[in-house]
Amino acid sequence: MKMTIRNSALMAVTVAALGGCAGGNMGTAQQAAYDRDTADVMARSFRAQGIATLDRLQQDPLMATCSAPDRHLGDEQAEQIQAAAMAGIKWPSDGNFLGDWKEGEKLAQSGKGLTWKDKADGANGGNCYNCHRISKTEISYGTIGPSLYQYGKLHGNTEKTQKYVWAKIWNPNATMACSNMPRFGHSGILDEKQIRHIVALLLDPKSPVNAE
Amino acid sequence: MKSRKYAVCLGVSALALMVPTLPALADATSDGIAHYRELLAEGNPAELWEMRGEELWREARGPKKATLEQCDLGQGAGVVKGAFVTLPRYFADTKRVQDLESRLLTCMETLQGIPAAEVAATPFGKGEQENIEALVAWISAESRGMQFNVPTSHPEEKRMYEVGKRAFHFRGGPHDFGCVTCHGDDGKRIRLQDLPNLTQPADAARGFGAWPAYRVSSGELWSMQRRLNDCFRQQRFPYPLYGSDVTIALSTYLGVTANGAGESIAPAIKR
Ligand code: HEC
Ligand code: HEC
Repeated sequence: MKMTIRNSALMAVTVAALGGCAGGNMGTAQQAAYDRDTADVMARSFRAQGIATLDRLQQDPLMATCSAPDRHLGDEQAEQIQAAAMAGIKWPSDGNFLGDWKEGEKLAQSGKGLTWKDKADGANGGNCYNCHRISKTEISYGTIGPSLYQYGKLHGNTEKTQKYVWAKIWNPNATMACSNMPRFGHSGILDEKQIRHIVALLLDPKSPVNAE
Repeated sequence: MKSRKYAVCLGVSALALMVPTLPALADATSDGIAHYRELLAEGNPAELWEMRGEELWREARGPKKATLEQCDLGQGAGVVKGAFVTLPRYFADTKRVQDLESRLLTCMETLQGIPAAEVAATPFGKGEQENIEALVAWISAESRGMQFNVPTSHPEEKRMYEVGKRAFHFRGGPHDFGCVTCHGDDGKRIRLQDLPNLTQPADAARGFGAWPAYRVSSGELWSMQRRLNDCFRQQRFPYPLYGSDVTIALSTYLGVTANGAGESIAPAIKR
């Protein structure tokens, strides 16, 4: 679905208003005016550089909703977002969730890809260590997301866990509306094969995540 | 270099910023820390940019062979002390809210005849941009130790604050990132780099109040425009135009959030 920035920003406001928290003591008309100003400012403040083209500023309805400052999602709205995200997940075409954890570790380490300095054909990394603790030996990990160390040991390498982790990587909003984690599958950052490797990293009993 | 005391906070976390990823950890870390200590013992190299900036302010330059001494940074023509901690602000002559760098472009154009659009299109660290880096180092140093007091009384200032707040929360691009993804919670890190929660006054004062800064990793003096530019790159966004309204709105939001919550230490020394 293609939207203009202005439309999507307006949509965010509408959705926030439905969520019952459009901005303290400021009138809705004033809020809407600032939202329009923001759309105008966004539209005139950037230029394309390399692969980072201006269409990246176009939000889909999910991101428009998740961009409202002081956002408060009601239960019903969160459920709607999650259901829509879940419905869009592409499951592994051969029914196989697990790849090679060694390849998964390489992808988890790499933060490469999709900035204006990167090439179009450059291989994208998963950025996982930027936000998560994963193995015991890698001490340079971020904390934006929860620790995933021993993930398979704690949750079991069952079909249910495999599906949960696949869905989380494909579109994290399927189980957590407005997650801070990227939609690796949905947005085409990683392909099916790469996601299999990363699921293996988290769940394979032989992976250092679970073996150590 | 004359030795001056700098309010540089070199805690464990600052050292942690130096730690690269495994496996070359041990060596690179201790080398990095040693290098950092060496630099601090000699003083913040930003001082070199400060000295050059002060000279540039008083130097007759450009097609009009004029100095910047009549430049109005918001406190009256030629007043530099205290100007940095009250920017961005509204300027009646340009009818715009301007941050330090976009204001310098105005002064360079009107007083010296140096075309603002050309300077804005020059890459960081080159040509006139190098001069701007020196100027912002000196101008910010003249407000060292002062509390942020960014105004919101003019309707345009209020508007830029509100736009900045929305731009800060605007999520998009292939990763769905916004500033808020990396700077919206307390005590988070990316790898080992601490991320200030820029929605909160104390962290906003620390994070916003440190730039311009000397970057040890690149040996350069980075202005706030350049800091924001690199964050937009990490955000996977398109390229923010130099001095564009989105950068000024973001600085307004950060500066107003920082008001009264801490002193400016710019130009600081950073990883
Ligand atoms: C920019 C930050 C960020 C990146 C990059 C990131 N994540 Fe996450 N991740 C999060 C956050 C925040 C959560 C918690 C919210 C949620 O569940 O969606 C999370 C949750 C998860 C969970 C669910 C944990 C649980 O117990 O429910 C898994 C599994 C996960 N991430 C795996 C990954 C993998 C694998 C990668 C790399 C391909 C990755 N993440 C990259 C931020 C990130
Ligand atoms: C993907 C992560 C990410 C995003 C998105 C991001 N930043 Fe940053 N930001 C960082 C990191 C990492 C640092 C520390 C950089 C360093 O030490 O080199 C930083 C540093 C900063 C600092 C300086 C803080 C200090 O204490 O020195 C400011 C100010 C800042 N960011 C503002 C922003 C704004 C405004 C946006 C949105 C336009 C933004 N950032 C988006 C990762 C991010």
